[in-house]
Amino acid sequence: MSKPTSGGDIVLAGVTKRFVTPTGQAMTAIRDVNLKIGAGKFCAIVGPTGCGKSTTLTLTSGLDTPSAGTVHVGGRQVDGITPGVGFVFQHDALLPWKPVIANVALGPQLRGASKTEARAQAREWLATVGLSGFEEHYPHQLSGGMRKRVQLAATLINNPSLLMMDEPFSALDVQTRAIMTNELMRLWEQSRPSVMFVTHDLEEAIAIADQVVVMTVGPATVKDVFEIDLPRPRGQIQDIRFDARFLELYKMIWTSLREEVERSYAMAAARKAGDK
Amino acid sequence: MSGAQEIDVAKLARMRAARYRKLVLAGRVGTLVFIVGAWQLLTDYKIIDPFFAGSPLGIIERLADWFTHGTAYGSFWYQIWVTMEESLLGFFAGVTAGVFFGVLLGEIPLLSDILTPYIKVVNALPRIVLGSIFVIWLGLGLPSKVMLAAVLVFFVVFFNAYQGVKSVDRNLVNHARILGASRLEVVWHVVVPSATSWIIASLHVALGFSIIGAIVGEFLGAQHGLGLVIATAQNNFDTDGVFGAMLIIGIIAISAEGLMAMAEKRLLAWRPARASENEAGGI
Repeated sequence: MSKPTSGGDIVLAGVTKRFVTPTGQAMTAIRDVNLKIGAGKFCAIVGPTGCGKSTTLTLTSGLDTPSAGTVHVGGRQVDGITPGVGFVFQHDALLPWKPVIANVALGPQLRGASKTEARAQAREWLATVGLSGFEEHYPHQLSGGMRKRVQLAATLINNPSLLMMDEPFSALDVQTRAIMTNELMRLWEQSRPSVMFVTHDLEEAIAIADQVVVMTVGPATVKDVFEIDLPRPRGQIQDIRFDARFLELYKMIWTSLREEVERSYAMAAARKAGDK
Repeated sequence: MSGAQEIDVAKLARMRAARYRKLVLAGRVGTLVFIVGAWQLLTDYKIIDPFFAGSPLGIIERLADWFTHGTAYGSFWYQIWVTMEESLLGFFAGVTAGVFFGVLLGEIPLLSDILTPYIKVVNALPRIVLGSIFVIWLGLGLPSKVMLAAVLVFFVVFFNAYQGVKSVDRNLVNHARILGASRLEVVWHVVVPSATSWIIASLHVALGFSIIGAIVGEFLGAQHGLGLVIATAQNNFDTDGVFGAMLIIGIIAISAEGLMAMAEKRLLAWRPARASENEAGGI
């Protein structure tokens, strides 16, 4: 069983990522991103659609390497999959041919636990996310919300010290989403990994994070970083929305974000006009 | 009140479905009786020449003779067994090699880029002609037929396995990598299972090809097997004999297909049931 690596602080310094599109053109996803996230902190990243927020996560987790600049996690430069990382993807990443229990047990199994040991752990985690009794179901037999829970269990079972979440709840309906967010907060409080959480939902971002990062329209870079000083534990995220300090923060961050969203729309419109 | 109506509706629908199934079955039996009956009568009254067209009774007599008295090169059962053995060995060899190389080339783009033109050339060749080479190399016995069947099977399975590997969901691969999977573990846990539905789709065609390979191999030169039985019947202008052997081959192919469908159901149990599933029996 992997222990959480201590001091999982995240430092991105001058990180740029360029891709080559299938047509052979270079495309810059993010440029000169500088960002510091303290160990055990919850950082939410917001920004216009398609601005490279996901790329930031991919680079931090080590799934991809930056074109320029460096990423350090816990003082160690990222080179290959970052040790102790967990990643909840935007789209379903459960293996559809494995039953739920085998999906959750996969992490420990890949890290050398025996099958019985891994299954026992998986059973516990399924109970934690409220899915006891669904062990032998296949992913397609579950609802979207249940699949997300399985995904959470499959990720958290490895006890990550670093958690990447890429719009994890964006495909869920509003009610399920609120429940899942509360659930996530409860689980996070237990082991306190450092979290990078990409979202479109500013309310969600402020309600759960210690730090909200606003990214510019692509090629994206960090525009503003806001510290969220709402006290923890914050309780139900549905209630905190009416807190005076919350509204103050919301207005401040929204002003910063709105500019980018408007620019993003203007650019899309210009591109459309150019196509015609 | 409404509950009772619902039951009535369900009952009515069930009855209608049962009546339809009976109609289909009757239609099928009727078609068979009509074709076989017409064939028999037309040849009985010499409206078509039984020498060229054979006749259902003639076919049955020929088969009965083969099964009781055997053929010129041993019992008829043995001929069937030889052909089945060749097909099955060829099938398994071809599938194993096809999956292995499909996954290998799918996983290593450099290798596939180097080999693609050669594979295309070999694939463009009418592969049946390889049978002649195999007979020269491996002789008239079992190995040349197994080889031909295996080569025919290989390409079908190979292309599907390759395509299957290429279309693996990157999300799933990333997920496994994050969980700590090595390259080989990714292949084992993600790539192969994900390509399985592609591979299985190819197995139906591959099965038919393995039988074709065995029979054609026997045509080209053999000491035993159904292909030889057909070739001999052909040389004697024994139409009933050709049809009889064809019938046996058809029965073998259909049974193998049935076994395959069962295996497929087990292997792909994780897939959501499709609404079109009940059509499978129809066509």
